[in-house]
Amino acid sequence: MTELPGSTKKKLGLVIDLDICVGCHACVTSCKGWNTENYGAPLSDMDAYGADPSGTFLNRVHSFEVQPAAGPAQTIHFPKSCLHCEDAPCVTVCPTGASYKRQEDGIVLVNESACIGCGLCAWACPYGARELDQAAGVMKKCTLCIDRIYNDNLPEVDRVPACVRTCPAGARHFGDLGDPDSPVSQLVADRGGMDLMPELGTKPVNKYLPPRPKDRAPAAPLTPIADVQATGIAGWLDRLLEKF
Amino acid sequence: MHPAPSVIVFTVLSGLGFGFLAFLGAGVLAPVGVDAFLVFAVAYGFAVVGLVASTFHLGNPQRAWRAFTQWRTSWLSREGWASVATLLVMAPVALMAIFGAPPAAVPGLVGAVLALLTVFCTSMIYAQLKTVPRWNHWMTPALFMAFALTGGAMLAGQARLAVVLCLILALLMIANFAQGDGRFAARGSTMETATGLGRIGKVRLFEPPHTGTNYLMREMIHQVGRKHAQKLRVIAVLFAAVLPALVLLALPTGLPATVLAVALHLPGAFAARWLFFAEAEHVVGLYYGAR
Repeated sequence: MTELPGSTKKKLGLVIDLDICVGCHACVTSCKGWNTENYGAPLSDMDAYGADPSGTFLNRVHSFEVQPAAGPAQTIHFPKSCLHCEDAPCVTVCPTGASYKRQEDGIVLVNESACIGCGLCAWACPYGARELDQAAGVMKKCTLCIDRIYNDNLPEVDRVPACVRTCPAGARHFGDLGDPDSPVSQLVADRGGMDLMPELGTKPVNKYLPPRPKDRAPAAPLTPIADVQATGIAGWLDRLLEKF
Repeated sequence: MHPAPSVIVFTVLSGLGFGFLAFLGAGVLAPVGVDAFLVFAVAYGFAVVGLVASTFHLGNPQRAWRAFTQWRTSWLSREGWASVATLLVMAPVALMAIFGAPPAAVPGLVGAVLALLTVFCTSMIYAQLKTVPRWNHWMTPALFMAFALTGGAMLAGQARLAVVLCLILALLMIANFAQGDGRFAARGSTMETATGLGRIGKVRLFEPPHTGTNYLMREMIHQVGRKHAQKLRVIAVLFAAVLPALVLLALPTGLPATVLAVALHLPGAFAARWLFFAEAEHVVGLYYGAR
């Protein structure tokens, strides 16, 4: 049913640390791998070895340059996947009931056997979290690796989303954001975790930790290190040219 | 947004068909026999061709019946119900007219209301989307209704009413073009709010997530043809509203005037609907440094 649950028992989601992400795209690759081999239709590629390759991904890493009012610009790598919004606009627009938000853990999922591939949910999502698979004709999105996190056949250390398990920098955290005492909620509270596009009222569960303030070099770039005075003929020329 | 031909054909033709059905249901035209058959065939033809076109952009059209299940939350589902209900309610009205029975006033009026409700539901599929600020406004349903009523009045041979509706349509189109240009900025979504990085400074895309394109970019970031937008706006207003109104004022009411007016109106409606999609900017473009 595409009616959103009034509240969910848990709010499972990701916390992404923009201070730590190095932009290696390992999460993109592991996500594509796991979700191609497991739950649902594989994430297809079109013209993969041709002139115009494109494919379905549930997680993509953008890189932004942020220019402060003073000082040098910063590069910030920005992984983006479904934010499992509390007020998910993608769910309510679905005409078939294929899109739903689970009451037990808040995960937003697509029942692929009911999806007609109309694409309206992808239009309703501000974050570009949903992509229509061109081979299967059904909507694909992050499942928070639902086939890993509850999978008793996996060692306990692997019962987290593939992107979290694979991140070599430790920039991704998984947990219950509905429990204020959970490690992820503590992290959000300590670091001032933020919502993306809060003005659209989607109430995302996933939070982003802003980069910590950078140290600033005392001098501006390209300032001479020492005030070297020219001597001899160069010094005479220097003094002469100053006069004009 | 990508101006998919199937969706443009769907919204324009079904809008015209349901607009005509609304006039037929309201009984402004009371054709009998063969005339009734032809008139209802035109109305049903536009409506059904439009609805069939809408299934062409689906990834799995064989499951389209499932779209009737979520009427409680989904405007797309409500549109499905309203359109089928209209076609079913109007069927006996059409049959009675064709076989010369006395006109069925009550079912006709119910059908007329349902026909307009269908157009309203279609418009709300777009108007509900906060992610596309240009559409997320009362003018979207107003425009869809104005198109349906104007085209319907022309087809129904209601020349004087059609001229008035043409005037309203033209004013609405111009107002929507002018006011719509500022809606994205008014919504307040920027690269800074999209990334949350505005607290540090000005955000710019340094490197996209991939070198090629993707579904999101093909579907939501459409820039081809926006450079001709101003010319197309003029063409849309001229053909959809101004020229048909002049034709209806100049020529005596009759089949030639109707056919000519509709023949001018339709290209204008297509141009307007193409612009409706091509000019609409989705907030997801902010993550790609593009709109």
